[in-house]
Amino acid sequence: MRAIVNISLKQGVLDPQGQAIQNSLSNLGFNNCNNVRTGKQIILDFQVDDEEQILKETEKMCETLLVNTVIENYDIEIIKEI
Amino acid sequence: MRSGVAIFPGSNCDRDIIVALKKITSKAPLKLWHKDTEFPNLDLIVIPGGFSFGDYLRCGALAARSPIVSNIKNHVSRGGSLLGICNGFQILIETGILPGSLIRNRNLLFTCKETILEIQNTIKSPFTEGFQIGEQFKIPVAHNEGNYFAPKPLLEELNNEGRIAFKYVKGNNLDNNISYNPNGSSNDIAGILSENGKVLGMMPHPERAINSLHGGTDGLRFLIKCIENIVG
Repeated sequence: MRAIVNISLKQGVLDPQGQAIQNSLSNLGFNNCNNVRTGKQIILDFQVDDEEQILKETEKMCETLLVNTVIENYDIEIIKEI
Repeated sequence: MRSGVAIFPGSNCDRDIIVALKKITSKAPLKLWHKDTEFPNLDLIVIPGGFSFGDYLRCGALAARSPIVSNIKNHVSRGGSLLGICNGFQILIETGILPGSLIRNRNLLFTCKETILEIQNTIKSPFTEGFQIGEQFKIPVAHNEGNYFAPKPLLEELNNEGRIAFKYVKGNNLDNNISYNPNGSSNDIAGILSENGKVLGMMPHPERAINSLHGGTDGLRFLIKCIENIVG
């Protein structure tokens, strides 16, 4: 089973990378997009098949290491068939 | 004065701070490895700059979960002094010893230049005691993620409690057209203190300004006073 952790910056946290991407997009003529926010994705593969256990363990990983909860939000997606 | 320097894979300013401490105390600090879980009681631990664990995940995130960290926390609860410089500051933030976060520089550039720091009105701390409020130091920065960010209530708390050690200021000898704040940090914060004043995290590198060949010795002036205060 696979857990996918999507990490995004909290609202109000400056995202200079997102701003730079937006500037480039607008230079390329993509003018309909007026805000870009970046994030990251962490993919974790597990050898166990207990969805509840994987979710619990992944949450714990997020809180202890994977996510800086001062500035970042996260959500976890479980994929049963890899 | 018993001091130690905590070294992680990817630390690269450890030698410089060791040279500085040796110059000031005439005694070499203990080298502490990130896996060390036992070391003697020390008066000061320095976490030096560098790119611990390649800045993977977030700067300082992996170093902050190293075996040595629980001992560093014990050192702090014993009332020991702790100084985190640059990546060391990022590590202290990731351990939760200091609050807030250090995010990407506003201009997205790795910034390496001299900055002017100004001592703020702080709580009693070995890192600010004996300096005049408003006293300035010319000390260089070199980082990519030094933009101090914290929710507004925390910024107010740091300000009200006198835990902002220094801010970046324009100074007299800098071109006014050059941004004096190198990274866009909130309230121009360059360094913050813990609640008991014994822990300082700072982005600038005092150990890179200890010899006139470095272009200045303000870092030495700063470190000498800190060590005097710690020795007591």
